[in-house]
Amino acid sequence: MTDVSNDVREFANQEYKYGFSTDLDTDLVPKGLSEGTIALISSKKNEPQWLLDWRLQAYRHWTTLEEPLWQNVHYEPIDYQDIIYYAAPKSRAALASLDEVDPEMRAMFDKLGISLAEQERLSGVAVDAIVDSVSVATTFKKKLADVGVIFCSFSEAVQNHPELVRQYLGSVVPYRDNYFATLNSAVFTDGSFCFIPKGVHCPMELSTYFRINAADTGQFERTLIIAEDGADVSYLEGCTAPMRDKNQLHAAVVELVALEGARIKYSTVQNWYPGDAEGRGGIYNFVTKRGKCAGANSKISWTQVETGSAITWKYPGVILQGDNSVGEFYSVALTANHQQADTGTKMIHIGKNTHSTIVSKAISAGHGQNTYRGLVKMLRSAEGARNYTRCDSLLLGSESGAHTFPYIEVKHPSAQVEHEASTSKIGEDQLFYCRQRGISEEDAVSMIVNGFCREVFKELPMEFAVEAQRLLSVSLEGSVG
Amino acid sequence: MMLHIENLHARIGDNEILRGVNLEVAAGEVHAIMGPNGSGKSTLANVLAGHEAYDTEGLVLFEGEDLLALSPEDRAASGVFLAFQHPVEIPGVGNLYFLRTALNSLRRRRGLDELDVMQFLALAEDRMKSVEMDRSFMNRSVNEGFSGGEKKRNEILQMSILEPKLAILDETDSGLDIDALRIVASGVNELRSPDRAMVVITHHQRLLDYIIPDQVHVMAGGRIVRSGDKDLALELEEYGYSELGQAGMVDSSASVGATP
Repeated sequence: MTDVSNDVREFANQEYKYGFSTDLDTDLVPKGLSEGTIALISSKKNEPQWLLDWRLQAYRHWTTLEEPLWQNVHYEPIDYQDIIYYAAPKSRAALASLDEVDPEMRAMFDKLGISLAEQERLSGVAVDAIVDSVSVATTFKKKLADVGVIFCSFSEAVQNHPELVRQYLGSVVPYRDNYFATLNSAVFTDGSFCFIPKGVHCPMELSTYFRINAADTGQFERTLIIAEDGADVSYLEGCTAPMRDKNQLHAAVVELVALEGARIKYSTVQNWYPGDAEGRGGIYNFVTKRGKCAGANSKISWTQVETGSAITWKYPGVILQGDNSVGEFYSVALTANHQQADTGTKMIHIGKNTHSTIVSKAISAGHGQNTYRGLVKMLRSAEGARNYTRCDSLLLGSESGAHTFPYIEVKHPSAQVEHEASTSKIGEDQLFYCRQRGISEEDAVSMIVNGFCREVFKELPMEFAVEAQRLLSVSLEGSVG
Repeated sequence: MMLHIENLHARIGDNEILRGVNLEVAAGEVHAIMGPNGSGKSTLANVLAGHEAYDTEGLVLFEGEDLLALSPEDRAASGVFLAFQHPVEIPGVGNLYFLRTALNSLRRRRGLDELDVMQFLALAEDRMKSVEMDRSFMNRSVNEGFSGGEKKRNEILQMSILEPKLAILDETDSGLDIDALRIVASGVNELRSPDRAMVVITHHQRLLDYIIPDQVHVMAGGRIVRSGDKDLALELEEYGYSELGQAGMVDSSASVGATP
């Protein structure tokens, strides 16, 4: 297998392309976490008292919690007093238009391939760009407002739509939910907010681009998406970070609420800095994402392509409360070098005839360790509920690992659960076959990996599918479609 | 001479499988290689195509070039094609995409323009007729869920699209019923040409009723022990390989290697 491992090494050791940092004038609060820090963040953001109270409640609860250890990942203990909890690029006095965005920052986004102006002009995708802790620009606001869609930074939503924020904040992920969600509730700084009113089909894809820029900062963003009765929205999330020797913590919370007949499609391409080939540095991506199908006939669909981060630890889930509601989870997780991922989903079936589908594709290369952990729970009320789960793992090389932990709890006799799993290796015979046909070894690996992920890629919106394939080092004319 | 093989040895670890093969194949010729299981036929095919599991010694010249020094993809680019005994499945990769990528990789290496999707489809549809395949076949994943016969027809289709100078067919007839055999053989016969050579490896004489060889070689114990014209195949059919062995033509001390 010598040629295979060489090839795998090459594939696994591809350099991170987004590892530059930008010299932005940044407003930081001192390192460390206390009630004082939280009050400072809250006052910088000019927040109402109820929100500060909510943060402090979360903080006090957090101080009683122990950091969880059950996940199948390993890292040195995090010093929560050594993190900067608020970092904002300065020179930001309520931007009226994109022209006012700091030119340095514009240049940074251009480098990332997220030219905001270009996006606005050409692509018809509304973008909210978040650097470190705050949202710096939201495009297309007016066009969205015409149909009643609210798409803005979380901070703006707190100022302009406090009643909506107050009604839904914590309604899917309560502040007591888990260690990192509780921490986020205490210190979250910004994020995106979307509200799609009754019956509105959102006229464009909504997109948030997250970027950690400042050193030693944590990013604790909070995203809240609400789709009222019969509303429909597709939301994209992309992430990158500079290369730094120290690990940086990213503990986000995403809450989705779908009312009767509403549909929310949430797609993520996560490419945080994964650390170097020896496993130094990289982002700890400890994220809580959950959607609630609150109304009957609603649907929430998660699609994620996770190629970055030193450690990824997330379980985007759906609470299927409304009758006939549908939850979906499509995932590709790639771990190379010394990356670790413990990811999967939770599908909680409460309503009658609720359906969920889980398709997980895990690729491990180098010393990468990839764990699928999923929970399918069908409560006593979930008459006629159904789940289909498929977990496939692909190993490249002999030093990588794949692990699967499916948990299934069924309380209703009419519920049906199906689980399929497979583990395979990119075989020497597959590579030889491709090479004999004239396809280079590198192209062959990309082709095989890409084919393996096809089921998930076809769920992604076009631009994202292309981005995802590129991330897996495949030509644009990849085998999808 | 298109292919010149001189004293070719191949081993995996301590297991020597080819023990000094000599063979000459000229352009336009079809050579059949027959022999019992484990005689080294498939190993010879894999070694010529560049399988890296083997340590090799000896000389192989392909159009005067040292073939053993080239990577598998460079051998493909110089015109060597292997129809696999066991074509592999590549889930999620469409047949059309795979074949076009392969053809365009070869064309790039040969300094030719790549074909776009429409050009490629026109070519593929034309070639699919000769192996009696329809268009739906192009949308399926490479060999995934294919029957044995479909896999072998796919190999011949690939050969006709990639247009190699030297085609090596490794037991392409194995596991085929008589109809599939007829389709595969007629596909192969259509590709016979004065500037193309073929090496047809088979365990059975049956295939040679359809593909008439210019020369027949018998392999045993990692060597070619006998060569002749097409009548040699008939002789083998009548007397079997064991007769050959008893006639002292096979080195009975030769250890029999596993075919990878």
